[in-house]
Amino acid sequence: MTGIEIEHVTHGYTPRNGAAVTALSDVSLSVPQNQFHALLGPSGCGKSTLLYLIGGFIPVQQGTIRTQAGEVRAPGPERGIVFQNFALFPWKTVKQNVLYALSLRGQRGTEADQRAQHFIDMVHLTGFERSYPTQLSGGMQQRAAIARTLATDPDILLMDEPFGALDAQTRRIMQEELLGIWRASRKTVVFVTHDVAEAVYLADCISVMSARPGRIQQAITTDFNNRGDPAILRNPEFVETVEHVWDLVRHEVDVTRGGR
Amino acid sequence: MKDRATPGRAMLGRAVPVLIVLAAWEAATRLGLVSPAMLPPFSTVLVALGGLVADGDLWRNLLASGPRSLAGFAAAVVVGTVLGGGMALSRGFRSVVNPVVQVFYPLPKSALIPLLLVWFGLGDTSKAVLVFLGCLLPVVLSTYNGIAGVDHVLVWSARSMGASRLAIVRDVLLPAASPAILTGIRTAIAFMFLLMVSSELVIATNGLGYLIGSLGDAGSYPAMFAVILTVTALGYAADRGFLALSRHWLRWRE
Repeated sequence: MTGIEIEHVTHGYTPRNGAAVTALSDVSLSVPQNQFHALLGPSGCGKSTLLYLIGGFIPVQQGTIRTQAGEVRAPGPERGIVFQNFALFPWKTVKQNVLYALSLRGQRGTEADQRAQHFIDMVHLTGFERSYPTQLSGGMQQRAAIARTLATDPDILLMDEPFGALDAQTRRIMQEELLGIWRASRKTVVFVTHDVAEAVYLADCISVMSARPGRIQQAITTDFNNRGDPAILRNPEFVETVEHVWDLVRHEVDVTRGGR
Repeated sequence: MKDRATPGRAMLGRAVPVLIVLAAWEAATRLGLVSPAMLPPFSTVLVALGGLVADGDLWRNLLASGPRSLAGFAAAVVVGTVLGGGMALSRGFRSVVNPVVQVFYPLPKSALIPLLLVWFGLGDTSKAVLVFLGCLLPVVLSTYNGIAGVDHVLVWSARSMGASRLAIVRDVLLPAASPAILTGIRTAIAFMFLLMVSSELVIATNGLGYLIGSLGDAGSYPAMFAVILTVTALGYAADRGFLALSRHWLRWRE
């Protein structure tokens, strides 16, 4: 079954003082249900733009994007998003942030409270329910944001470089936890990153994107049985795959820099 | 941050320079450096203040000034938030309102006093309208800038959770812009005192500004100074009180 179907999407914009830019050029991509799919590429390749189009935050100009709920025209409850800078409401506590998301779905009272607590416990923020985001570390804020998004139970989880603002150790821990959550909940994930090892470690399938105009240059299936086990990072096959993907990305970066 | 660590010492730190000025004032007049006709000694002013309190003059005029000024101020906060929010949310609305705001901005609002007296008479209304006009723009501009500056991912986040347009304004844009809006309201409080006194100084039959003017005309300088000090103290108390309230509301900011 198909989770997300993207067909011939082309997207451009004109910066305030500049020439028109083609951010995405004729992108087609099919993400099966329950797949962990990474969009990988150099900055400026349009990977975040593609994610925002799937999210329905910016209107599709050309082509179509479909989910099981139909054609994407606006944000919808079946698609949840986690941003790089967390996007928590800073005037609400951790618990209030999660409860707010639930209240917008019409869930209130004791049941909503228990549900919020369940997801706060799941991301290991027990004891920080009453903390404001500014009182938490980056990693904890991102956990809270993930709890808030998961609490509304979207089928599709869109993640925009969610660990990009975190330090290396926190990032590694969060990656393992995300895999655990994904295995338990079996959601379709689209994960934007420019970190090759992160993409290989997390994803079933990686779309390597090229820059200006953004295209999907190659799709690589990376199916390691023991994914999520930190030992995999020393597995020769894993290392080889990272090198292979690196070469593809490096080529794209060179093209962008050198202007060919 | 340091203020919060030792509130007692911080308050003392602010009080000492004021006390030095008051002591210098007292000394300068007592030593004959300044003529008492120009500047009555501080202690004489305090005695005059006691007299004004005792005969009810101060209280009566405060009760005249307070309600009409607060009415103008409150109306400015409500209307200003709506106008500023409308400007931030609607390009069409902004294109109509913004030019008017920009032209009106540099105008000293006290220049409107004679006109407002003609339009609204000598009573409360003309003063309330002047305070309203003076307090309006700081609130409009701070609300507009505050809402326009809200990080769009917060709005996207709420939209993806299924928030309606109304919910986004109420639950995301206004709280996110509240630090800016509160700063604008703080400026408006200062303008309220300024315009309250200046409108009553020009033409009025009661109020603190009227009291200052009439005591000055009658040559009762100690009493006049007593009213000036009272207005200063009220303005200071209002500002510090509002600041403390803002800090409480914005405690999530760290």
